[in-house]
Amino acid sequence: MRGLSVRDVWRSVAIALLLVAAILLPIGQKNYIIYVLTSWLIFTIAAMGLNLTLGYAGQISLAQASFMAIGAYVTALLTLAGWHWLAALPPALIISFVVGLILGYPALRVKGHFLAFVTLAFNTLVFLVLRNEDWLTGGTYGLSGMPRPDFGLFSTDKHLPFYYFTLGITVIAALALWGIVRSPWGRAFKALRENPVRAESLGVDTRRVTLLAFAIGSVYGGLAGALITPLVQFIEPGSFGLAHSLRILLMVVVGGAGYFFGPFIGAAVVILLPEVLRFTEGYYLIIYSALVIVMLVFVPSGLIGVWGRLKAKVWPKQQVRTDMAEGAGLQ
Amino acid sequence: MTRSHRYRSLLLAVSIAVPAALGTAQAADTVKLGLVAELSGAGAPAGTNWRDGAKLAVAEVNAAGGILGKKVEMPEYDTQTDPQVSRALVQKAIDEGVIAIIGTVYSGSTMVNMLVAKQNSIPQFVGSEAPAIVEKGNPFVYRTSSGAQKGVPALTPYFKDTLKAKKVGVAWVNNEFGKGGRNVFIAEMKKAGIDVVVDAASEQAQTDYAADVAKIKSANPDAVFVYMNQEESARFLIEAKKQALPMPLVGEVTLTEAKVIELAGNAADGAIAHVGVTATATEVPGIAAFAKSFEDTFKRKPTHDAIKGYVGVWATKYVTDKVGKVDGEAFAKTMHGLCLKAADHPKILLDTCWDDRGEMSRPSFMVQVKGGSPVVIGTVPAN
Amino acid sequence: MSQFLQVFLSGLATGAVYALVAIGFTLVWQAAQTVNFAQGEFVMVPAFFVLIGMHWLGLSFWVALLFGFAVSIVVLGLLFKKLIVEPILPHGGITLIIATMALGILLKESAKEFYGAEAQPFPAMFPGDQIDVFGAAVSLRDLLNLVISLGIVILLTLFLNRTRTGRCMQATAQNPGVAEILGVDVKRMVLYTFLINAALAALASFLITPVYLAKFSNGETLGLIAFIAAIVGGFNQIRGALVGGLLIGVLDNLTATYVTAQYRAALPLVLLIVIILVRPQGIMGTSEGRAV
Repeated sequence: MRGLSVRDVWRSVAIALLLVAAILLPIGQKNYIIYVLTSWLIFTIAAMGLNLTLGYAGQISLAQASFMAIGAYVTALLTLAGWHWLAALPPALIISFVVGLILGYPALRVKGHFLAFVTLAFNTLVFLVLRNEDWLTGGTYGLSGMPRPDFGLFSTDKHLPFYYFTLGITVIAALALWGIVRSPWGRAFKALRENPVRAESLGVDTRRVTLLAFAIGSVYGGLAGALITPLVQFIEPGSFGLAHSLRILLMVVVGGAGYFFGPFIGAAVVILLPEVLRFTEGYYLIIYSALVIVMLVFVPSGLIGVWGRLKAKVWPKQQVRTDMAEGAGLQ
Repeated sequence: MTRSHRYRSLLLAVSIAVPAALGTAQAADTVKLGLVAELSGAGAPAGTNWRDGAKLAVAEVNAAGGILGKKVEMPEYDTQTDPQVSRALVQKAIDEGVIAIIGTVYSGSTMVNMLVAKQNSIPQFVGSEAPAIVEKGNPFVYRTSSGAQKGVPALTPYFKDTLKAKKVGVAWVNNEFGKGGRNVFIAEMKKAGIDVVVDAASEQAQTDYAADVAKIKSANPDAVFVYMNQEESARFLIEAKKQALPMPLVGEVTLTEAKVIELAGNAADGAIAHVGVTATATEVPGIAAFAKSFEDTFKRKPTHDAIKGYVGVWATKYVTDKVGKVDGEAFAKTMHGLCLKAADHPKILLDTCWDDRGEMSRPSFMVQVKGGSPVVIGTVPAN
Repeated sequence: MSQFLQVFLSGLATGAVYALVAIGFTLVWQAAQTVNFAQGEFVMVPAFFVLIGMHWLGLSFWVALLFGFAVSIVVLGLLFKKLIVEPILPHGGITLIIATMALGILLKESAKEFYGAEAQPFPAMFPGDQIDVFGAAVSLRDLLNLVISLGIVILLTLFLNRTRTGRCMQATAQNPGVAEILGVDVKRMVLYTFLINAALAALASFLITPVYLAKFSNGETLGLIAFIAAIVGGFNQIRGALVGGLLIGVLDNLTATYVTAQYRAALPLVLLIVIILVRPQGIMGTSEGRAV
């Protein structure tokens, strides 16, 4: 653990600077920009969860959007029934966790990418249920009019306070994940990612660890959904389709799977880049998708990996510690 | 740290700078209309037609001196057929200083984004037909065609008196558009004392309609109400012909559109539909002129959605000029209970009225496909 | 009875086209251990190549069909392999999966921007003459869809088992390292797989578009159904993809007719989950990963 204290100082400074930037960014901006920034934070949370499943535990999940749906619908139904958002949050998270366990358990019994297949089917099934069971979910018309949380002195009705509210939740979620990744469980995840066979021989119950990673990842999906509900104040099944799960997967890979700060960058690219390109009107999605392909050809380990590569060039002798890779983007 | 930080800041800076630059490009002698529509995703066929109809109208309005004597610009905002995005984009358009929103077409999107236009007192012309849109007490939302709760009931006398149907079937696409129409239809049939003997839901972008048609065939209703989007309508008609479905197929708007006929070929022959305003009604001079310049400009036939977009822009011009200034509240006051006569306002195409909720009424037509082209077989008075 | 026969036979005909697309999934899986999420778009695009040939270049239908087939093989086979698969594959299957997703958006948006968002009619290769099979209306086209798909599966299996190139391709699929040592030109074999995949996608496109119509968003539904068919049948077997495709085509129609129309899309998904629980290698699959 040589030099760790220096790292820690750097890390704290970096995080503080990022936080200040995140606090200053929306000030003086128009509503639309604040809205886009808020959705960037929310999708970052969803991508953080998937990053745990994919980047740390090495399993592809194609159902992150459906966990967002679970979080969003539970929160919506409860807040519409008069619950405070804070009271509606725990049920939303617990249901996401339990569904994650139930879904992951059978898929992870077998080796291979069966979790990907099962989650793909699950995502579409959730869409069908949300659409068809209109007595509960409002069907294709969705649910609307969900209130934004009010904390007495601090009401999130306006866009800017809601941004700060989301930022606060994002910071808490990131800290929690930081704790998980550094806990004994988290080290088990990493051992698993680096060498499943060795991990197993060292007594790590790979299946249980993977299942847990998936279920916790699902909770982050549920949390993102619980934030979407008050942000948009309208939810409908189409917003949680398979395409959105793939979009979250894209965020994780573009940002850098397995890097702690990858999701922040990945979500920024996926949410903000199309906005930047909108001035090209009809062509913006064409340019955007072409850019993503080019990015994957040249920076396959994600944008955050760019730094790692540069560093390796500048200080080629420094030993690369892959187990610390999640912090590489902060150096 | 600086690297990733800088990269992110750069992205953010650019994303902020670009809209800001667009905003400042607005000169004092122009007015802006925000075209918010489904330009990609599942709604793209409707949204791009809506846009092109509106574009044509903007060109004509500018040739005729613009709005309040100012040149009209119409920036486009693609919702990707996502209601959440559409809501954000209506916000963005308003941030950028548009005086009216033109869009959206899909009801699911309109239901969400109309709240934003309402908060900002910005008039909004929509192409959506879901009944609920005008039932929310929003004074700033106006239709460009009659809602399903007016359009579908106009068909009831046709089923009851003309076809003398005792039992009917309904085939619908299971999205927010199809379900809305289907619910109104079933309620109407109940009121008219007609049995609905088969209720066939199909998926958007479904490949195989054999099961839907076979189910209808064995239930053997006297007539079938078909309520689907364009290419789904065409696929359904093709399968219906294959299985030789004997009863009349009646639709609302889409079923007899030029595009559906082009796609379904001779399988469309005999299909009947009630249409609000149709490019086929060429005996109306405004419509004939519109259809011609649309085809000249875009090299394809206009759809119902194109006409709606066109009417939306022209209505914005007529009413803003009537008000004499840019003022959302005054606009809303003028719109409610307004009737525009085609004789005085030719580009509105037909005599059109809006009630105090923004619902539109105007004469409509019954159309049947004969020999590969839609023919007007009757006129339905405004209801 | 005639109703059952009607939906059963129609389902088989549609399922046969799903099968062609599903075979593409299994081939790419074997060659690159990845899933091509643009596979649906690979079926959407060839029809547009043909339309471009007919309407922009003024070719006759059959010439345009050949033109579309050739362009598809170059663009969706050769270029896809060289420009996307080759540079990204060494960095892992997941990165490539993401790249194919982006490619799907690229193809879809390009078709929409350059050819319009509305569906286009597409001429049929075969006449739609009706045949009455015990009261069920079946078109000649349906029967030919079925015959062609079966024929392709038989030919492909023969090619892989009976020819030298085919056996080299199998060896590559099973163990690229060993195949290389044994003197197999692994790169070339992988390229062949991608060319065959493009050819199958083009063929599926020409068979299904006359009914399904040419539209930029076609790939979304087709790709998903074929992917499910491939998993259900067994991801590592060509005949598995055939069985999966036919099964899903028929089950979809039977569910819609006899059980529930609103949940018709759910049955294949439930089937998929059940199969993974009971028989993870798929109906026709073998548990030993990668035999062709």
